Amino acid sequence: MAEAVAERQGIDRARVLAWLQEYGVYASVLALLLFNVAFTPHFVDTGNFRTQLVQVAPIVIVSLGMALVIGTEGIDLSVGSVMALAASVVVLYLGYGALPALLLALLAGGVAGAVGGALVAYVGVQPIVATLALLVGIRGLANVLVPQLREFTDPTLIALGSDSVMGVPLVVLIAVGLTAVVTFLVRRTTFGRQVVAIGGNRTASELSGLPVRRVLLLVYVISGLLAAGAGVLATARLQASDPTSLGMFMELSAITAVVIGGTPLSGGRIRVLGTVMGALLMQLLQATLIKHNLPQSWTQIVQAVIILAAVYAARERGAR
Amino acid sequence: MTKSTEPVLEATEVSKRFPGVLALDQVSLSLGPGEVHALVGENGAGKSTLVKVLTGVHRPDGGRLRLHGRPVAFGTPLEAQRAGISTIYQEVNLIPLMSVARNLLLGHEPRGRLGGIDLPRLHAQAEHVLAGYGLSVDVRRPLRSLSVGAQQMVALARAVSVDARVVIMDEPTSSLEPREVATLFGVIGELRDRGISTVYVSHRLEELYQICDRVTVLRDGKVAHTGPLAGLDRLRLISLMLGRDLAEVRAVGSAGPARTPDGAAPVPVVETRGLARRHVLRDVSIEVRRGEVVGLGGLLGAGRTETAKAIVGAMPVDAGEVIVAGVPLRRRSTAGAIRAGVSMLPEDRKAEGIVPTLSVRENIALAALPRLARAGVVSDARIDRVVETFMRRLRIKAASPHQRVSELSGGNQQKVLLARWLAMSPKALLLDEPTRGIDVGAKAEVQTLIEELAGAGLGVLLISSDLEELVSASDRILVLRDGAVVAELAGADVTEEQIMAAIAARSGEEPHG
Repeated sequence: MAEAVAERQGIDRARVLAWLQEYGVYASVLALLLFNVAFTPHFVDTGNFRTQLVQVAPIVIVSLGMALVIGTEGIDLSVGSVMALAASVVVLYLGYGALPALLLALLAGGVAGAVGGALVAYVGVQPIVATLALLVGIRGLANVLVPQLREFTDPTLIALGSDSVMGVPLVVLIAVGLTAVVTFLVRRTTFGRQVVAIGGNRTASELSGLPVRRVLLLVYVISGLLAAGAGVLATARLQASDPTSLGMFMELSAITAVVIGGTPLSGGRIRVLGTVMGALLMQLLQATLIKHNLPQSWTQIVQAVIILAAVYAARERGAR
Repeated sequence: MTKSTEPVLEATEVSKRFPGVLALDQVSLSLGPGEVHALVGENGAGKSTLVKVLTGVHRPDGGRLRLHGRPVAFGTPLEAQRAGISTIYQEVNLIPLMSVARNLLLGHEPRGRLGGIDLPRLHAQAEHVLAGYGLSVDVRRPLRSLSVGAQQMVALARAVSVDARVVIMDEPTSSLEPREVATLFGVIGELRDRGISTVYVSHRLEELYQICDRVTVLRDGKVAHTGPLAGLDRLRLISLMLGRDLAEVRAVGSAGPARTPDGAAPVPVVETRGLARRHVLRDVSIEVRRGEVVGLGGLLGAGRTETAKAIVGAMPVDAGEVIVAGVPLRRRSTAGAIRAGVSMLPEDRKAEGIVPTLSVRENIALAALPRLARAGVVSDARIDRVVETFMRRLRIKAASPHQRVSELSGGNQQKVLLARWLAMSPKALLLDEPTRGIDVGAKAEVQTLIEELAGAGLGVLLISSDLEELVSASDRILVLRDGAVVAELAGADVTEEQIMAAIAARSGEEPHG
């Protein structure tokens, strides 16, 4: 009897944790929204919503790439520095026009990603080490290119950061569009399915004839491109290029968003929408605590608790 | 050869249980002074568990260990080492970046007047010790600059120099050159003269008969036999290891295949010519024809899995070529082999086969994805068609195609992997232990499937440690030993007895007919 009861409880607990991993992030975002609607004055203002979404957009874009990389059982620590690199490149070449400068910035991000990807896929360096080297090196390169804050007045680039289409900021629309593209990539393309399979079991993928190295390389290139895009958008919004501090600790925000979105660090599973929700949750949390006049340190502590909860739920699921 | 009376190391009725398995079941082992004791057994027989119990890595759940008559219980490998039990593992466990001399005398360095290490004396001492092992190297160089064999010799010298009473060697010759093996045997002989006992774990029968005094055969965690090696017939030793009773085999007689390879095309679907890789494969040439099941026999470590991996390009080779349906594979890669029509079902289903985080459906479609996609976008309808076909044809039992593959039974997982390959419509399949670890019912199903596939014109290379299965499924059997094909059995010669005879035969001697 007692055993049967214990077993029942065990199953229920596992179910709860599985549910938590699957939908916990959505439930948390919803709960936080409801709380704010009820208790936070001026929260429902469109102006406030705009600010929140504009702030979170670059994090979402970087997190999408991070989710792909983590899906392969890797990690990309270089994303923040790649943002800074893109910020420097874009102002350096702004003289040729906004579009060429934007393309060159993306190219720089892609090349940075390719270097990391090549180290991981072909040389066999551990992802954390390869991208840590890039984190340091690329930040340095960005600072060499543009040593101090440089303001610009190019109207096209400024428009990219501050224009709206039918009341929705362009930056937010781009983030939504990229989310849709990455979701499609993961769910519907051969490449996406191969990414997940490689993360789930690399040896089996190799024996099944998957182009493992090419896929890994491409994943890091995509992460670099997305980070560069986020860097350009953030720069456009600032109306100044600031390679010294732009994207600082972005890798941590992105990893946090991916993890609390339910993507396991052990790879083999990618939750794109969950990742977006993870970024939103962190943003909302910060906004809520600030609006209620709680110090920044509180935000950090609450974030830590949420990360631990997410990892705990994922761990129980995996051990089953 | 046992000189004195009292055993140096004695294990009595040692048991060790892991979740789900009884790895050691009342195993006893007794080691006399100066005795060289062979420890043999197939995969999963419990050899490494026993070695780990003796060296303090695992704590036994039952039974006693005695060293020089005194009961001992080692909590850590260090305690066992201090008590005088040294181990040399397959992978050399020294410090690769430190100099040879420092490695050799680590913790026993000669000290100078001020307590610092006296480097000249350290080097001189190290050179002297190593010369005793036939090794003349610059002891100032980092250890990793030495060949694997030389490194192993340093490990051995170190193990013996730290006052060992018992030396345990786990497959010590697997990466040694013949000359180095001779040196090793010389050292073992010296150990014996000094009264130091050796436990020698190896699959190479030649070596066992050359240097070992006694043997203990483990099978399924139990002692299948223990006794002097001299006078123990090779065939008998192998039948003990494989768990096939000789008398029983003789009584059953030839269980040759009912099927004859009729309609066999003149060109083999898979052919290898002179596959070679140092220490692993020697000049392996194999032919598998359409509709034929070719069995690969041999003990663990004989090169069966390695042959399969070499064919599909999952293991690099030094020489040799693989020809699929008359066309040589140029670039060696798994993708290339699969494209040409050859795939391998790996031995370790969990580590190398299934992708546990994905569904049954995605696991089946994994290799065929590019074929089931248009411009890189997968077609659900096509995948569903393929998945449904093979789930029905192979009778895969799953709640739905979307169930996680890790929730399936071993037999059904194996069928999922078979489906993955059949979806590629291959010309040949290499099956490495296809029925290991699956229940009896599923085993029979998989065996029937193999027959059906061959009947449908597929070439099959079958690797199995289950002799009965190998004999009943194969049209021809090639027996491997130490990485080389030593016998080819066909027709009425396809019997368990013949396979064992071929494994047992001494090098350079043909198995008697």
